[in-house]
Amino acid sequence: MTALSERIETPPAPARAPARRPARRRRSPVFDAVTPLGLTARYLTLLVILAVTVGPMLWELSTSLKSVFEDVYTATPQLLPQRPTLDNYSQVARTVPIAHFALNSVIVAALCVGGNLLGATAAGYALARLHFRGRRLMLGLFLSTLVLPGEVTIISQYQTVTRLGLGNSLVGVALPAMIGALNVLLMRNAFLAIPAEVEEAAVIDGATVWQRLRHIALPSVKGTLSVIAILTFIGAWDDFLWPLLVLQSPDKLTLTVGLSYLQSVFAADPRIIAAGAMIALLPILALFVALQRFFFRGVGEGAVKG
Amino acid sequence: MKSHRWYTPWLLIAPALLWLATFSLWPAINTGVLSFTNVHTLSGGQFIGVHNYALMWHDPQLRDAIVNTLIFMAVCVPLLTFLPLLLALLVQRTLPFMSFFRTVFYFPVIASAVVVALIWQWLLDDRGLVNGLGKQAGLIHSALPFLTDRWLLLFSAIALTVWKGLGYYMVLYLSALGNVRRELHEAAAVDGAGAVRRFWAVTVPGVRATMALVSVLIAVSAMRVFSELYILGGRTGGIGGQDVSLVMLIQQAASGSDGRIGYASALSVLLFVLTVGPLLLLARWNRRTD
Repeated sequence: MTALSERIETPPAPARAPARRPARRRRSPVFDAVTPLGLTARYLTLLVILAVTVGPMLWELSTSLKSVFEDVYTATPQLLPQRPTLDNYSQVARTVPIAHFALNSVIVAALCVGGNLLGATAAGYALARLHFRGRRLMLGLFLSTLVLPGEVTIISQYQTVTRLGLGNSLVGVALPAMIGALNVLLMRNAFLAIPAEVEEAAVIDGATVWQRLRHIALPSVKGTLSVIAILTFIGAWDDFLWPLLVLQSPDKLTLTVGLSYLQSVFAADPRIIAAGAMIALLPILALFVALQRFFFRGVGEGAVKG
Repeated sequence: MKSHRWYTPWLLIAPALLWLATFSLWPAINTGVLSFTNVHTLSGGQFIGVHNYALMWHDPQLRDAIVNTLIFMAVCVPLLTFLPLLLALLVQRTLPFMSFFRTVFYFPVIASAVVVALIWQWLLDDRGLVNGLGKQAGLIHSALPFLTDRWLLLFSAIALTVWKGLGYYMVLYLSALGNVRRELHEAAAVDGAGAVRRFWAVTVPGVRATMALVSVLIAVSAMRVFSELYILGGRTGGIGGQDVSLVMLIQQAASGSDGRIGYASALSVLLFVLTVGPLLLLARWNRRTD
């Protein structure tokens, strides 16, 4: 207890309260939340933050559902459309091949997820579980690239992809992100957490590397695998700068680049832009809500610790 | 007893290694080399020494970009270091609806920066919601030019970045808060420490390592900002072209039918040098506290 009270007695930041207070328990209405008042205050605070967080999204959704006969600029803002309509969505589809853009985004995201699950699992397993000369060097190599922001190498990457003949193609968009160094390291951490004895027993029983990976290691890293899959999919779906550089022909654009194109054509009508934004936003939110169980559980396992 | 053939690890590691070499290591070296050349998309290729770096010195847009980045960092680092921690404390307890709040607070993180920027563009429009509500409440008489004024546009982009980042850092803090021992809080409360004092004396020291990591992540991402300013400022960095970021300048220089790859590479090298600074600070800090 001495170390503990020392830490409390010597706070790192100047605290306003004197060291000793009357023995009465002082509680914050918001952070302690044991009293009914505290609970109310906590939930009210949360509701305010909720309004700030989803309010802008709801406003955009509402705008996308308002018809041309409804004044979206009105001085008294109306959250609920008077007569909700999907006209703006069909207008978007008539102007740009939005379904095609969405399909392109799905293709790129699927390539990235598949590549990362396979590549990072294989490399992560070797780095965590197999002894070989040069392992430390390899680990250092993967670690060292983490300090390199993607934007720094993007110009040279663009040159490489063009030289491979993959400029202006979806494969060219997906390719560089198909095995991420960070994911390799996350998988290595996950495999390291499995007790060594389990695998040693399997080695004695004559299990091959493949059998050990398939039947012993993989079942215990499902949490990390799902976090990697979810984050990779979202990352690919949301990416903008890289596809903006690589893609030129209008039929090959991904959703984000297509949206920016839509914005340049339809800047005058906020309803149309809003409908386009919702087409990019709603599927990824739905996907996340469906999978959030796995995401927060995986995060709890320590998959995302930075 | 040998558990595997000598080449098995190399087979497993080969694809990742190939990717690392092709899309990280080689581009890193190549960027450095290109920065000393006059390579364009379709022409050029001579070494021109430090000419690109000399050009940077006289680039007025680069000066704007660096000023913007510094302001971005100065505002985002403190806000995004502390607000998400408070948010994490709010949703940490096992109470009804907490997982709902956690999930919804993460929504802005999942949305693409492009979508978020479009949403905010409409929100901050001259005739948009913010100006409308402001006028109705009598706070402002005429619309504030959030998207056209040189400084307001920058601060709008900063507000958007903070809004979008809250949930992400909240999750990082949530997993760190799991390691702060509850008895510490209880002992401090018994000793009569109020909530503010316990926050500084128990919570903050408990998540200190995460705070250091988070502030470095924010500083680095402030230097990498692109989509927010690109969309909000209508592609060109606002009306005067002053609301630009370093990455926007890299993209501008390199795109077009005859992009200046050499100059864009020199800007990339500058970006790398700037981002490595905070990372080295973090590494030193980690070594000291270990």
